[in-house]
This record gives sequence, structure tokens and C-alpha cells, in this order.
Amino acid sequence: MIDSPVLERVLSEALRYGGEFAEVFAEDRSTSSALLDDGRVEELSSGRERGAGIRVVAGETTGFAHTADLTEDGLLRAAEAASAVARSGGGGTRTVAVGPRGATAPGGQGTGGRRAPSSGSKADTLALLQRADEAARGSGDAISQVQAGCGASRRQVLIANSDGLLAHDEQARTRFSVSCVAVGDTGLQTGFETAARTLGFELFDEVSVEELARLAANRALSKLSARPAPSGELPVVLAGGSGGILFHEACGHGLEADHILKDASVYTGMVGQQVASPLVTLVDDGTVGSEWGTFAIDDEGRPAQRNVLIDQGVLTDYLWDYLRARKEGRVSSGNGRRQTYQHLPMVRMTNTFLLPGEEDADEIVAQTPRGVYVAKLGGGQVNTTTGDFVFGTTEAYLIEGGRITEPLRDANLIGNGPEILKRVDAVATDFAMTPGTCGKDGQSVPVGCGQATLRVTGVTIGGTAE
Amino acid sequence: MSTTIEESGARGVVGRDPDDLLVLADRVAGWARSGEEVEVYVARGHETEVRAYDGEVESLTSASSAGIGIRVVADHRLGFAWAGSLDESVLGETLDEARDNASFATPDEHVRLAVPDGVAAVTVDLWDERLAAVPTTEKVALALALEAQARGADPRIRQVNAADYGDGSVEVALISTTGIRASSRRTSGYLSVGVIAGDGGASQTGGGFSVGRGFDGLDPDKATDDAVTRAVRLLGATKGPSGRSTVVFDRRVASTLLSVVSSALSGEAVAKGRSFFADRLGEQVGDPVLTLVDDPTDPRAYGAAAYDAEGLACRRNVLIDAGVLRGFLYDTVSGSRAGTASTGSAVRGGFAGTPGPGCRALTLAPGPEGHDEAGVLAAVGGGLFVQSVTGVHSGVNPVSGDFSVGAEGLMIRDGRLAEPVREITVASTLQRILQSLVAVGADLEWLPGIAAGQTLAVGDMQVSGV
Repeated sequence: MIDSPVLERVLSEALRYGGEFAEVFAEDRSTSSALLDDGRVEELSSGRERGAGIRVVAGETTGFAHTADLTEDGLLRAAEAASAVARSGGGGTRTVAVGPRGATAPGGQGTGGRRAPSSGSKADTLALLQRADEAARGSGDAISQVQAGCGASRRQVLIANSDGLLAHDEQARTRFSVSCVAVGDTGLQTGFETAARTLGFELFDEVSVEELARLAANRALSKLSARPAPSGELPVVLAGGSGGILFHEACGHGLEADHILKDASVYTGMVGQQVASPLVTLVDDGTVGSEWGTFAIDDEGRPAQRNVLIDQGVLTDYLWDYLRARKEGRVSSGNGRRQTYQHLPMVRMTNTFLLPGEEDADEIVAQTPRGVYVAKLGGGQVNTTTGDFVFGTTEAYLIEGGRITEPLRDANLIGNGPEILKRVDAVATDFAMTPGTCGKDGQSVPVGCGQATLRVTGVTIGGTAE
Repeated sequence: MSTTIEESGARGVVGRDPDDLLVLADRVAGWARSGEEVEVYVARGHETEVRAYDGEVESLTSASSAGIGIRVVADHRLGFAWAGSLDESVLGETLDEARDNASFATPDEHVRLAVPDGVAAVTVDLWDERLAAVPTTEKVALALALEAQARGADPRIRQVNAADYGDGSVEVALISTTGIRASSRRTSGYLSVGVIAGDGGASQTGGGFSVGRGFDGLDPDKATDDAVTRAVRLLGATKGPSGRSTVVFDRRVASTLLSVVSSALSGEAVAKGRSFFADRLGEQVGDPVLTLVDDPTDPRAYGAAAYDAEGLACRRNVLIDAGVLRGFLYDTVSGSRAGTASTGSAVRGGFAGTPGPGCRALTLAPGPEGHDEAGVLAAVGGGLFVQSVTGVHSGVNPVSGDFSVGAEGLMIRDGRLAEPVREITVASTLQRILQSLVAVGADLEWLPGIAAGQTLAVGDMQVSGV
């Protein structure tokens, strides 16, 4: 995308007025999406964006500028703007040399080390959407509306910095989702299901769009007879792969070093302490297969790696990017990510999951006299400072007498991270991952969440039933 | 260490002749072939962001961006493509890609571009000429002052985790072969601060902001007071009690609620059976105190605009009048589908998005009593005051109407704010909330987003806590 001599001149320019660190992050991204709605192919969309973000770190201050102009002149202008933060530093020149560095993560499982991702033709994509639409509508007469969408992106990134790093990667991601409305005597209900991987069109070798569509449709249909969710605290069983969003919100965000270093997390200063039930071993791992949060190198050029955050209930470490690691005199854990070249990197999760336990999923339900069984979660949100977090259900049932009984309408559940982590009293073997989009400080990145069936002894359920 | 920032030389493309975007859009639209209609949307912007932390500049971002979005309609089929650049080389490619995308869409008689409808656009002045002349040093100084002010505002403030200054300018031109010709420009500025309060027990957080059309008039006192008050009054909060309660929503939360309700008023959602308002036109859907209007021609509104995202004049639309559902918001396609015309309500998320119907400036008619927040509290006497909500995206479903959100705030006793509560949920359905409005405040405040803030009291909500 940019030649090494140009990168070296741009990095030197960025440090012309001083500063300890400079970086060029260049990106060339193409996206395409197709939407079938209301029985019609409504919209095909294609986009292309390329540009570079340049940052300069001087003392405690980061200067950042970005440009869509990848010529040397354009890059030099952005470097000059980013260097403004170091203007008070006196000056002096510094020569920067960058060298190649492998973009494949240890183990060769990175996105750069696989066969080149393939692209589906527009016609192939539309055929998938039609099949999903038919499968959803065929799931029941009460299905009144279906929307199916397919989005693909391909992103080439190049990172060079004044420490001499030169790294590049190509990341392909594909996402397919189905959203259904069912209509009945009680009004409208919705069902949603999505599959997303760090893959090209190979996603569809692994995923059946018909199955996805039926899951979404059945979710909407089952809720037509749903009763209001309970209100108050009850035991909650989360199905395997229902969305490990529980841990993403209950502690994942609170373990991001930017919150820790600002003393804005309930987990600040707790490394080495028992913060969760001994059944909880939590891992963040950017190297897992082709999961949605997987990559070969992060957006600072650091290879993805496996980080154990909580080991049998004991907090072992936080998540780090370059800037926060540097403050602490350590190395990044490969968690520096950004939405596009127009954004500064920050500490982000990759694939965050609870390691499976040893119990049988059905047994966990059978041993729960009364509670709520959550088959599918939607999103969530956390206040890292207080630890209070919510997560929403999109498919849930009552558990009565150790059996899953009536479906429940959607509701949020609320809890406090450190308290909930200690209440995990059973973890099964049926592990599964789900994709999600994580938003933080205005930036969205793809992440994975995973967990086996588990039980929390008490969570407050925000339903409308008294 | 103090940081001195000098004005950067890279001012990007802002400041050129504002008509040059129209000229460019006109030229691209001129490449339309016979038998096709083309709409060209061109935008460019410049933004500055300063984040202060612990007496220093944590980051300074300065950036320009520009892009184009092209819609092609041929044989009642729509295709779209965009590019994050206005380089000559991408313009033709983007048009070709949009044209190719159109060839795959399902023919639909309602698919068409907007045509001028004779409604004259009002003049709304959204451009602060002085913003471009404010030196970066002053913006930095304001962010640092905000951070220092918040840190020193109250002995219980133990951390200011974010203190931001930001501004931006955007210019847009829209030209179509169907006769649309519109251009607009706007500037904006904001201060935003997040604080953490602690008094030995659990910490609490609060956020405050001040927004404007530029640098002048931004109010650090207001942002600080808001953030500090919100954090400090929550100190000592405990999990509140469960039960049925009247709930008073603070202006910011009420604005969020209105925004959610507005998605059910989208003519597209209604036409596609994705709104609980479908088939209810002319019916009593809310308490008679409820009158809801979207009026982007009000220059005080944050979302004020002369033109909608298809280049039609924005206009005042009455949606609910004294509790009776009177209308929906339409863009050109959804209007045609419903057998009516566009209400000038197309919105889009910049050059990379396609238009769809949406609100820009929702307000509720103030209740006859003319209450401010204290007046509403006194009127309800007892209940729960909610100052912030979480999980709106995961717990509020504008299709089914199910409503469940995490909340924190204070109990209302004897018509006044009493002890703080946290880690609770508030639940109902959107349908029931509209029918159960108890009071609408006259304390209208224009907030960033699509809806104004007014204190709102809702009866008979389910609160889940202990």
C-alpha cells in the first residue's frame, strides 16, 4: 500500500518536533452488502474507503491525524498535523527505519496465514438471501415479515512505527443475519439470528442459511404465546452459546487496562485476588479459528494471542494495548484495536469466553427448581466503575420443577459484575461461541463471546410480571 | 508538564468555495445514461477533538474527510455505492458500481428518487463562521479548564475519567437527475465530561455536556454541574425495592425514550408490519396529554435542517395529537408504498448510508400545568426518579413494544428527591407507557440527538430490585 522509504520519511516527519513514538496505520477497506426485505431484494450496496491514521506520542499526550490521501504529500501533511502535540518539545531530527515482520500469529491460525478468502458473486449472495427468506416463511404461517442481510468486508492494513515495526494483514469478514416478525393475538414478536466469521464466502461451507432462518423464525413464533417475564431475583441458567455477553459485560470491559489505569473499574488493584467462583476461567483469545473477533495482528501490529484473565476465579491479568502497556513498562497483550483508520486504537476484547466445565447441561436445568432459562441473549451494557451491567434476553423460558416450561417476553437482566461472578455455581460441557459487535467510546469492533451452559444462583430479572 | 499546541498547517479541504461540492455532484449526475435516474450525495467535513486527563492533553485529533454516495434507479430497481474519497478516479467507479448493484435488485414500482414537491425550504442558519478561526490552543485550553473545574468541583470527586472538547463542520451537496438540488452546511461543538465520585464506599459516576453550533457559548459550568450533581447524589445508592411505581424520567432519559418510540412511527416500519402503530391511524394510542411533533424547521433544535436526506424541504409533522395517532414519517419510497407523499423526513448516516424515514427534532407539547422537574416531582408525590438508563438497545423492542431497561436514580418521597437507588430495572410496554403518561414537563431542553428533553412522569411501571 505504501513503500518502506515513504513510511520512513513520514515517521521521521511525525517526530520532527520531538515525541517518543510515531505510527502510521494505513487501511484499504471494501465492503458490500445485500438486503432482502419484504420479499424483495431491496438494496445492494458497495463501498470503498482507504486512508491512513498517524499518531505521535509525546509524554502523556497523543496527537492524531488521518487522511484519505495516501500519496507521500498527503501522509506528510497528516504527520505534520499529528506532530503538533510535540511542538513544545524543542525538536531535533530522528531517522526511522522500518523492517518487515511476519503478520501471522503464532500457530499459523491467523487471518493472514490461511487460504485467500473467496468472494461470492452478487448472484450467489442473492440466492442465499432467497433461500433464507423461504425457510423463514416456511417455518409458520404466523411469520409476517422477513429481512435477510449479508455483509462482507475485506480490509488490508499496514502498520509501521518508529520502533521499526512493519506489519501487514488482510482480514476478510462475512456476516449473514435473518430477522423475522411473527403476528398473533398478542401483537408482534421478533426473532433474530446471525452467523459471522473472519472468513470470506467460506462462511457458507460451515453455516446453513436455512437453519439460521428457522432459528430466527421459531424464536419469533415461540414468543407469540410468551407471558411477561418475572420481576425480581431468580436463578438463571444460560444456554451454551446463548451469548457469552454475560462475561463480556460483567468483567470483560472492566479488565481493559484503559479503565484500570484511570481507576475507573471495579477490578482495579485486584490481580491475584479471588474475584469469581472457582468454576470461572475466563480467556480472551484473538487466535481462535475463524471466530468473529479473530485476527493475525491487532491494529497496532501486535500478533493476536491467548490471554487468561481469570484462572479458577483468581484475577490473573488485564487486557493491554501499546499505550497502556508502555505506561506500565510491559508489552501489549495484542488488544489494541480500532474501527477504521479514522480512529485511535484502544484496549478492546477479541474473543472472550469462559472455559467449559464438567457438568451436563440438562442436569443443570433438572437441578433448578425455579428460575429462568435463557436460550438466546441480545446485547448488554456495563458501567465499569460501579460494575453494574445489564444484558437482554431474546429467547427465554421459565424453569419450573427442573423443567423448561413457558416462553417469556424479552427483558433485560441486571447485576453487579463482581457479585454475579461469584454466583456461578455450575458450568457444563456444551461450549459454543457467538459473534457480536462491541461498542466503546464511539467505536465498533467485531468480537466473539463464548460459554457453555451455566447457572447463576441469582440475577435480577426486569420483567413486568409482579 | 504543560502542553502547547500550535495551529497545524493541515486544514484540509474545508474553507474552499462551498459551491464546489454542488458543481462536483452536478458533474457526476450528468453521467447518467438514458433510462436511469441518478442521485449524487457529496459530503466533506473537518473535526477537532481534544481529550484532557489529569492536567494534560491525553489526545488531540485533527482530521478531514470527504466522500460520495450514489444511488441509481433503473427499471424500478435501486443500487447504491459509496467511496470515502472525492478523488476523480473513484467517482466513475462508484457510479458504475451503483449501476451494477441496481441490476440485481427486485423491480418494485415504489422505488424511485425524490422529485421536487414545491415545498419551500426554510432558512436555518447552522454555520458558525467563527469556528474556523478559533486556534487549536484555545480549544485545548478549554478542555484542560473543563477537566480542572470538574476535578475541583466537589471534594467527593475522586476522578475525572474523560473531559473532551470537540467540534466539527460538515458540508453536503445533493443533486439528482429528477430535479433535486440542495446544499447545506453545519458546524457543531461540544464539551463532555465524565466524573467518578467516591466517599469511602462504592464509587458512582456522572456525565455532563454542553453542545452548540460552534466554540462560542459552550458552557463548562453546565457540563461540570450536571456531571458532578449526578455522581454525588448517587453516593450510598443501594439496590431499590421491587414493585409497581410511578416513574419520573429525567430530561435526558425522556429524550432517549422518545427516540425509541419514533422508530415505530417510521412509515417504512409501518408499511412492512414492523411497528406496533400499524393500522392504528386515527386511534387513541396515548393519554390526551400526549402530543408529539417532529419539527426540524425549528432553528433551536439540535437536529434542525432545511433539507432532508433526499433534498426535499424539511417540514413540521404532527405525529400524535392529544393521544390520537395522526401520521407517520415518510421518505419518497415508503410514502409511495403507503399511497401518500414523502413528509420530507428522509435521514441518512452520511455518504456511506442510504436514506430512510426518521425523526430529527421531536418534542412533546408541554403539559397544561407548566411544570419543571421540581413541579413534576411535587405533582407525583411518590415513586422513582430515573436519571440514567442502560440496555436500551437490548431491552426495548420497537416492534413488539416490550420495554425493560436498567436504571439508577433516586426515590421520590413527599414530592422531593430522596435516597439514591441503583441496579434496578424499569419495565412496561411502549404501548402502555404512552397510555400511562401522568405529566409532561414544560422544561424543554434541546439535547444532542433527535428528540428534545422534557421531564416525563409515567404511571404503573414495574420496578425490579430487591
